[in-house]
Amino acid sequence: MPTLTIDGKTVHAPHGTFLLAACRAAGIEIPTLCEHPAVEPYGGCRLCVVDVTRPEWNGWNKMVVACLFPVEDGIIVDTRSERVLETRRVVLDLLLARCPETPLIQALAGSYGVTKTSFVLNPEPTDCILCGLCTRICDRMGISAISSVDRGAGREIAPPFKEPPPDCVGCLACAEICPTNHIRYEASDGRRRIWGKDFEMLRCPRCGRAHITVAQADFFAGKNGVPRSYFETCDACKRKELAATATKLAGGASTPAVEQGTR
Amino acid sequence: MRIESHQQFDAAVEAARAAKLSKGREVWVCCGTGCLANGSRAVAKAFDERIEAEGLQASLGLYHKTTGCHGFCERGPLVVIQPEGLLYTKVKVTDVPEILEKTVRNGEAIPRLQYKDPVTKQAVAKYEDIPFYKHQIRVSMRNIGRVDPEDLDDALAHGAYSGLAKALFAMTPDQVIAEIEASGLRGRGGAGFATARKWKACRKAKGERKFVLCNGDEGDPGAFKDRSIMEGDPHSVIEGMIIGAYAIGAHEGYLYVRDEYPLAVVNLGKAIEAARLRGLLGANILGSGFDFDLRISRGGGAFVCGESSALMRSIEGRTGEPRAKYVHASDKGLFDLPTNLNNVETWSDVGAIIANGGAWFAGWGTPKSKGTKAFSLVGKVKNTGLIELPMGTTLRHIIEDIGGGILKDRPFKAVQTGGPSGGCLPADQLDLPVDYEVLSENGSMMGSGGMIVMDDRTCMVDVARYFLKFLCEESCGKCVPCREGLKQMLHIFEDLCAGRGRPGDIERIERLCHAMQLGSLCELGKSAPNPVLSTLRYFRHEYEAHIQDRACPAGMCRDLTAYEIVEEPCTGCHQCTRVCPTDAISGKPKQKHVIDPAKCISCGSCFDVCPEDCIRFFPKNGSKEAANAHADH
Repeated sequence: MPTLTIDGKTVHAPHGTFLLAACRAAGIEIPTLCEHPAVEPYGGCRLCVVDVTRPEWNGWNKMVVACLFPVEDGIIVDTRSERVLETRRVVLDLLLARCPETPLIQALAGSYGVTKTSFVLNPEPTDCILCGLCTRICDRMGISAISSVDRGAGREIAPPFKEPPPDCVGCLACAEICPTNHIRYEASDGRRRIWGKDFEMLRCPRCGRAHITVAQADFFAGKNGVPRSYFETCDACKRKELAATATKLAGGASTPAVEQGTR
Repeated sequence: MRIESHQQFDAAVEAARAAKLSKGREVWVCCGTGCLANGSRAVAKAFDERIEAEGLQASLGLYHKTTGCHGFCERGPLVVIQPEGLLYTKVKVTDVPEILEKTVRNGEAIPRLQYKDPVTKQAVAKYEDIPFYKHQIRVSMRNIGRVDPEDLDDALAHGAYSGLAKALFAMTPDQVIAEIEASGLRGRGGAGFATARKWKACRKAKGERKFVLCNGDEGDPGAFKDRSIMEGDPHSVIEGMIIGAYAIGAHEGYLYVRDEYPLAVVNLGKAIEAARLRGLLGANILGSGFDFDLRISRGGGAFVCGESSALMRSIEGRTGEPRAKYVHASDKGLFDLPTNLNNVETWSDVGAIIANGGAWFAGWGTPKSKGTKAFSLVGKVKNTGLIELPMGTTLRHIIEDIGGGILKDRPFKAVQTGGPSGGCLPADQLDLPVDYEVLSENGSMMGSGGMIVMDDRTCMVDVARYFLKFLCEESCGKCVPCREGLKQMLHIFEDLCAGRGRPGDIERIERLCHAMQLGSLCELGKSAPNPVLSTLRYFRHEYEAHIQDRACPAGMCRDLTAYEIVEEPCTGCHQCTRVCPTDAISGKPKQKHVIDPAKCISCGSCFDVCPEDCIRFFPKNGSKEAANAHADH
């Protein structure tokens, strides 16, 4: 297992893991905006930059992003060097100019001493930081209904042709993962609307709660040999059923703890 | 016919040479993109028809062929009469009968069509005597302008694939890599990574399936060397790639060519087809037992796809965006398999190096940068075009001797090398020898070999703004420093050029530059500050003038500049009134003219044509005294 030094601490990290996990395991906080355990690392927000060196490099450092840098034996990592902090400050300053009204960016920038951007304010403030979490989770679901379109300053996240996306199943993974709540949806009993597309909801045959879209159930039905009926029952009822089965097998009555756990 | 052994290859080359010698005289018409734009296809057709109609093949032994770019695009369409090597420039269809009658039949020169040296004003008859060509040493461009890119036999007669035959039949893959190492060849795409080291890493990488790729996504403004090589001598690129694949142990390759290079795509496609038919590509190449095949992948024209990891994503059919390269492409490249990517010019050098030996190539150059290098020489020089020179040649030699000096003999101001990732070097750096290290040490870069020469009528703040605008449009937008940083940097520069600069702007620019260099994901963002930092380094006073005095010392920023005609020595020649696009200049013939400031849009056209130098510019919003002070800088 590679042994490395992070901010003076000796850390062991398994082969094939990234520096970010090693830092966090050592209790060292690293800011990130585009990282999430459910998706592959991306390296887009550049907030997790750290300095890496080796004794034989004679003082020469290279700046890397911790989320994508594979751990190596013998490296010495500095997560708070002046140039690391300054790079993060500029990145946050730039994001604050883009998203001046976004609480997450305001708070993160504030923690680095940036309370007001030194750049030109975005005339059309947005909450989208283009972290790519939504498109990556959508790809991960196997749907790829949305993607980034255009490039450079004009880049944005959108469905194809900016029309209601034909492939979207209304699973809300994009909205759930969005760190700034930029992706909005409307939900009322029996109806859901996201990306301009309306979805009919499916009711749980047991409790009657509208918990999943019909399109979602259709999309997942048969995947990995799981029947559609499995998706039709809501998670809460499934858990209840499981608890009841477990209780029966254990030969006792159901306990309040299990009831609580099923919400 | 398919060539199936080393012997058959030698015989095919002999036959091609003999066929070439049997043609007594030849007319070469350049059909590179530059000449085509000037109408060379019609000229070629006219020669073809005349030779056919008059039976000149039989009577005079005259043959005709079209070639790739000679590099002297400025003077196209170009026609060369062989074997004398007579060059005619700016040839029109109507000149064709005269050339055949006078020059081919009677051996008379046509002075009107000859090249006139802008320095000596003398006509130069022969191709090889023209200063633009005389100083050049061509390796990667060895056959451009000499071979018909659509004729494999013509290429064979000029030595194509002889390096491949040598590699396949007389060398082991390790010997090939050793020869490339001895040549000192470094990546011609700009970064200058040692080619042999790259090949070695990919050869060592574990995996049955490996790729060799060619980066033909040349996108720097003002650069066109790769295009000319692909169009004019596609076989040199293909030969290099087969040799590289043999050395690495790859059997598949892609040529990534931008779709804005239609002629390159067509000529490469034909060359691949021809090479396959003759057994130079595909299974069991030349009967050696080595298999390799090649496909063209057309790029959509995004500048960022010239970045290696973005290029590979694009070939895979995904969005052309870079990714972190902490794991090298030699281990995990295209489709996450071991991959070796080289630039067009690098591949083109390979065949010649194997045929002639590494020491031959290393005979040119500086201690760390060996061999020759192709450049696209453009901008305010008298001779623009494509050149190839030994590394270590001074900028002065390139600009003054080959380029023939600055247009209209105006003062030289700066030369931009390396495109949007490079920088500008001022007059006192003209004696620098051009190599990878020297250019980087002085704030510029080799890049893809673009060389843009600028005269005193160039505003360096505006130059930096131009490159920022280009990059702002071409950034993929994946990472924050590049996407948001370029947008903000461009804001600052647009303000500077419009007279809205504020104290502290230079510091703001520098802060942003450093963060972008350190924090960006790929080389596009990391090197984007170079044009800014190099102009700041050498022309800081111009930035200060824009901020403090609202003045553009070069008189190019229109919002900051006003023009007037001074009393003496305006002769009322009317030249300025003719070029003024807004009719802002009035005056009777032979009397002093006047510019109406309300109509003037500060385009400077009058300034550029005035034969008496009596038009001057001054800061629109500042005092004329301030303008004079800056003119003395």
